[in-house]
Amino acid sequence: MTSVKKKGILGDIKESLIKTLFQTSGMLAIIALMGIFALLLYTSVPAFKEIRLKEFLTSTRWDPTSPEKPEYGILAMIASSIMVTTGALLIAFPLGVAVAAYLSDLASPRVREILKPVIELLAAIPSVVVGFIGITITGPLISTIFKLNHGLTALNGSILLAIMALPTIISISEDSLRAVPLSYTEASLALGANRWQTLIRVKIPAAISGIVASLMLGLGRAVGETMTVLMATGNARAFPRGFLQSVRTLTATIAIELGEVPYYTTHYYALFALGLVLFILAFSVNLTADIILEKQRTKLQ
Amino acid sequence: MTRSVKKVSEWRGSQLAEFIGFFMLRIAVYSVLFILLYFFYDISSQGYKVISWEFLSQAPRRGMTEGGIFPAIVGTFLVTLITAIFAVPLGMAAAIYLNEYARAGRLTRLIRLSIRNLAGVPSIVYGLFGVILFVNIMKFGTSVLSAGLTLGLLTLPWTITASEEALKSVPDAYREGALALGATRWQMIRTNVLPYAIPGMLTGAVLGLARAAGETAPIMFTGAAFYLPYIPQSLKDQFMALPYHLYIMATQHHAIDRARELAYGTALVLIAFIILFNLGAILIRSRLRKKWRH
Amino acid sequence: MEKSYIGIPEGQIKIQVENLHLYYGNKLVLKNISMSIPEKKVTAIIGPSGCGKSSFVRVLNRMNDLIPEARTEGRVLIDGENIYDRDVDLVALRKKVGLVFQKPNPFPKSIFDNIAYGLKVGRRCRREELEAIVEKSLRQAALWEEVKDRLHQSALALSGGQQQRLCIARALAVEPEIILFDEPCSAIDPIATARVEELIHQLKKDYTVVIVTHNMQQAARVSDYTAFLWLGKLIEFDRTPKIFTNPACKLTEDYITGRFG
Repeated sequence: MTSVKKKGILGDIKESLIKTLFQTSGMLAIIALMGIFALLLYTSVPAFKEIRLKEFLTSTRWDPTSPEKPEYGILAMIASSIMVTTGALLIAFPLGVAVAAYLSDLASPRVREILKPVIELLAAIPSVVVGFIGITITGPLISTIFKLNHGLTALNGSILLAIMALPTIISISEDSLRAVPLSYTEASLALGANRWQTLIRVKIPAAISGIVASLMLGLGRAVGETMTVLMATGNARAFPRGFLQSVRTLTATIAIELGEVPYYTTHYYALFALGLVLFILAFSVNLTADIILEKQRTKLQ
Repeated sequence: MTRSVKKVSEWRGSQLAEFIGFFMLRIAVYSVLFILLYFFYDISSQGYKVISWEFLSQAPRRGMTEGGIFPAIVGTFLVTLITAIFAVPLGMAAAIYLNEYARAGRLTRLIRLSIRNLAGVPSIVYGLFGVILFVNIMKFGTSVLSAGLTLGLLTLPWTITASEEALKSVPDAYREGALALGATRWQMIRTNVLPYAIPGMLTGAVLGLARAAGETAPIMFTGAAFYLPYIPQSLKDQFMALPYHLYIMATQHHAIDRARELAYGTALVLIAFIILFNLGAILIRSRLRKKWRH
Repeated sequence: MEKSYIGIPEGQIKIQVENLHLYYGNKLVLKNISMSIPEKKVTAIIGPSGCGKSSFVRVLNRMNDLIPEARTEGRVLIDGENIYDRDVDLVALRKKVGLVFQKPNPFPKSIFDNIAYGLKVGRRCRREELEAIVEKSLRQAALWEEVKDRLHQSALALSGGQQQRLCIARALAVEPEIILFDEPCSAIDPIATARVEELIHQLKKDYTVVIVTHNMQQAARVSDYTAFLWLGKLIEFDRTPKIFTNPACKLTEDYITGRFG
């Protein structure tokens, strides 16, 4: 007859130490996210000793290296970022949802087996390579079609960002289309609707929140993308007037100027403020997508 | 009178809509495939011309209009190695916590939320963070170490997610069985969960590292160098990296014609590198899985 | 509702359950169960599916602790010690109270390593000692002759019935005093079932056995005592022949005669 009482506390201590070790690693994710925000904020604050917040947010002129009067308005860059990103989503969203619908409704299992890794491969192409393609293929193509001096325009950036946002949009949309209960599809088919009507009128409406979330996540990916826009959009500092002009986004500005700026100047701090704006943008977009997806998950359960 | 269920010969409107609709879906897929294939074709056919043993094994010469990309290959390899040493164990540990210890609650939800949001932080923001934390505060300077740590942080959410997937695929029966035989929780994890999850964890890690190896924005200001005729000798040295080298060759070079050819070569090597990583991951997976098939 | 429990003489009690309630979240799964399980006898737990039988055996070695929202009230005394006390060592408890699962769950390790698992996580063992215990356990589980030449091959290659006997051998190897069987034959064929039942019969010489089953013939064949659970309540507990020939409660009779199930 053996007792089941504890004989010492050594074993307990060891187990809880190990647990604490793993827990700390898990907490690191929270610390990292908050750390990024905190350090960006901390490094941005000194910039506003010289820049008025109102000017920063509402002026369209960004000219930090001007010897007479440096200017720090981010509106032109924000507009550029929004323009390139919107253009990208206008291309990528319909295309991505179409591919997702094809994968979930039309493709045979074998075709899916092949297509899925191919799309993953698309996600694996480094952004610098996509930017390079913008210089060598799509840019020249745009300049030929629209008879421009060069093709490094907002349109070029949009096309390339669309390609980069595609894998995200496809995979999240496909997941949510597949999550639509089979009973919905069966009910629709049983009522005499054909597969296309079922897709358009039953499955897509049922999966709509996931599809919208895929749009948000694609947006998040596109707005934060740096190398592609840096290489492919020409980086003109003026306020954007159309898709056939060069634009300069938030991300590109940081990439261009951080390499040359002297440390601990207003200009240096202002670049971190740009980073903070970018962080907040991406964070809100991702959080929204997250909330949408969470809602869908509880709805379909 | 009975109605026939045979197909009617003339097309009704709804059938036409179905035909056109599905046709458009197919067009979408074919255009995505065409774009992808065309990119690969373009880079391979142009890059192929400059690839030679010399290109792979020598440093750039004459203002980077001649010679090869050896230091960039080695640099990318080294920085990825540092990324791996930092991110893989941490990612695995966090995943073990989430899947094996954490109970549903506020802390767990917060951790998961943070991980998803970390995955969405723009890579250039990681670069800025790396400049503040690793280059300035920790005083690692612009170095292969700073760049590796920055990339490590960037890969962390991917590694955690992939590792958790791997842990989830281990059946609960193994866990219950081990506990019922008197294993402690850690013994259970160590002897009866990890051995079966490690292949998946490593695969996920390698895929994450492949993405990290292709990143440019996070390393631009934390350690990557424009041009270095040698490979880094210590963790505090700067380094050349394939993606950054491609950026330089594609945009910042005066002799654009000669540089363009070399840029194509660099792009091809970079893509080949990443495809190799992906294949490697698949190989590791099947190798380690085979061990437990009879 | 009428209930009827037999008393077990003080000296023969191995497990004493007192006013046990089990909740999963807000759901009451087991309601106020009190019973004494005799030592070195086979006690069967029967009842319709969803009556809480499996939850009940999992209370006895605290496997329910794995379910985050599970909560128990009342006492479970094993050899006079309440296993829900704070100072209970779960590892020691689970070594003392073995559990064989519904579905055979061999680990994807070799046959040898499966049996040795509980020993290896317990304490340092010399190789010869390990080999001796593995052989002894496999013999006890009547599996030795079938596997002695392939101890180092994967346990997953065994048939379902062999796998279940392997799991029994694995539980025996840590030298428990009580063995819980959670519907051990529901996933294996009739011939394999007969062998497991014979095995259970052998085991009661040395072990206290509690077996959950939805198969009344099985309960009648292998057990000395039978408890009938219905909707989380213990309706009747008595010697097996008594339950099956002359049950005290109407509900028990209805169940046994197949009027509901």
